[in-house]
Amino acid sequence: MNEKTLEKLKILADAAKYDVSCASSGTSRNNVKGGIGTASGWGICHSFTPDGRCISLFKILLTNHCIYDCAYCSNRRSNDVRRTAFIAEELAELTIEFYRRNYIEGLFLSSGVMRNPDYTMEQMLRVVKLLREVHRFNGYIHMKAIPGASNELVAQAGRLVDRMSVNLEIPSETNLKLLAPEKDYSSVFTPMRFIQQGMLESAEDRKKFRSAPRFVPAGQSTQVIIGATPDNDKQILTLASALYKRPSFKRVYYSGYIPVNTGDSRLPILPTPPLVRENRLYQADWLMRFYEFRANELVDDAHPDLDLDVDPKMGWALRHPEFFPIDVNTAPYEMILRIPGIGVKSAKLIITSRRYGRLTSEQLKKIGVVMKRARYFIVCRELPMQTVNELTPQYVRRQVSRKQKKIAAELLQYSIDWGE
Amino acid sequence: MIVFEYDHTFDGLLSCVFFAYEQKKFPDLIFSESDQKPLFIEEQYYVDTEIEKSKRVWKALEKKLSKFARNMMLSVWLSELPETAMLLFRYIRKSIDHPQGIEMNFGDDDVLRIRDIAQKVATDAHKLVQFVRFQETVDGIWFAPVSPRYNVLSLIVPHFKSRYAGQPWIIYDTVRNVGLYYDTRTVQEISFSQKDLAELKSGKPGNEKLSDEEAFFQQLWKEYFQSITIKERINLKLQRQHMPKRYWKYLPEIS
Repeated sequence: MNEKTLEKLKILADAAKYDVSCASSGTSRNNVKGGIGTASGWGICHSFTPDGRCISLFKILLTNHCIYDCAYCSNRRSNDVRRTAFIAEELAELTIEFYRRNYIEGLFLSSGVMRNPDYTMEQMLRVVKLLREVHRFNGYIHMKAIPGASNELVAQAGRLVDRMSVNLEIPSETNLKLLAPEKDYSSVFTPMRFIQQGMLESAEDRKKFRSAPRFVPAGQSTQVIIGATPDNDKQILTLASALYKRPSFKRVYYSGYIPVNTGDSRLPILPTPPLVRENRLYQADWLMRFYEFRANELVDDAHPDLDLDVDPKMGWALRHPEFFPIDVNTAPYEMILRIPGIGVKSAKLIITSRRYGRLTSEQLKKIGVVMKRARYFIVCRELPMQTVNELTPQYVRRQVSRKQKKIAAELLQYSIDWGE
Repeated sequence: MIVFEYDHTFDGLLSCVFFAYEQKKFPDLIFSESDQKPLFIEEQYYVDTEIEKSKRVWKALEKKLSKFARNMMLSVWLSELPETAMLLFRYIRKSIDHPQGIEMNFGDDDVLRIRDIAQKVATDAHKLVQFVRFQETVDGIWFAPVSPRYNVLSLIVPHFKSRYAGQPWIIYDTVRNVGLYYDTRTVQEISFSQKDLAELKSGKPGNEKLSDEEAFFQQLWKEYFQSITIKERINLKLQRQHMPKRYWKYLPEIS
């Protein structure tokens, strides 16, 4: 390793940065004798960059050479950028050295496509093999499956890594074909299906033999770019909820489009990345995964896009005042979860605490309920407050969104001169 | 006012509980030699620490509180906050006196406060797991200075011991001037002299103490940190929210 490594690192980290996923959760691994590393089961972030994103895994491309020419990607072949590639040994050693210093939880390996998908996948596999077999590395590895690579290679990778992902990138196939003429949905869904099949088979085998090998134990994830195409939130969330129905799917990531390639008439010109919309999509995603909301409750034909002014749960509550007020001292858990301003943690605390006596609004506040939002939707021990039904949804909306607008405005501060 | 004086150990605190139930005297304040002596004392008792008695109290608590709640109590103790002795005393007393225990009653101020402090201590320990940075020294020991808010070093030992099983390391608390040294077999407490500590506090041991490659890998990491940032999304507030500035001191990528 020398100065050249430093140059490669700069180029290939810069080229990898638009991939959102950084999670290191979902598997636990114990140290192997004579080896290094563990995975804790929940993710650990080791640093946060000035954009506020977490560094958990060493996110890097093996190479930024690419045979494809996708309009939304900074590594497309028609771009005039410096190209380089890591040697497998070099990248494996770098990962270990970073890991030893507690900089990272493991490796997130992605790559541009050199020659053909199989060749690329083989090169990536070499890095992973070196880590697991030579360095006896037992930390987390997330690897991209290259669309179009053979099942045999995906199967080999699946036995070594913790998580695999294939990115959808564009939320509808017609728009994908427009922006990336060489790709289609079947090249994405085929490896996704194969990974899932491998996981289910491995789970089945492990029921019979505890020592049967694990296959992608942390499941798979994908990413869609938001705002590069006219696809609306309804399309995006419907797609995400369909993916979450598959047992292997752990996360869908949403990435606000950043214009990396200027002067392409197929892409919109955005003054700033759609960060508020991205944030609302993550909130909606959260509601689907942990709050038992269905996609069609959050967005429908009348409201195909999420409200940027209020969060999706508040938006739902304001469209359904007939559901409220809810008595926190008697309502079941699922109903309490639907109250704006109450999260999973406070909902659980309410359920356990109310057995000792009826809860007051003061106690709710201490438990962690955000009364500014919840007060319009609940009844507790005191006389009922004025709820959304007396005050009207329009009034409540004004009350809560003025503040939320301010929070949204703060999210939008990114006019800092980087000075290069 | 009834006050107890004790030796400021956890066993001492449990001995206070034993003493209180034995004598039917319940203190309004528990203090130790290092604390300021309270005013308006009507009755004062000096409680001797007796391991036998403290064990009996702990046994009684095992029947009333889950393991999770007992661990929370230990975390609260590690916070070293001035309120801990009385807070824990009240919590224990309520647990013993209430027929079903009070563990789940988060409507109670003390129960909630125990949970809050325990959570803060756990967060502080987790921040260490996130932000510890090892530097390779010439003698092959991986060294990491830290300055946690609470006395949480003991909580993170299992994590680092299993993760870096074959790598000798020192994690050193520069605030409390005490560290843990793992020699690839066991972990022991160590302490540096004041003179060495001054140098350690800066977080940058002299170059002659570090391995040849250390500076290079720190530089690689620094460059990586810069390159992985998306400049169109700069959001320093969010960065600080996740990684408060007081943890920056020993991070090579930022300082």
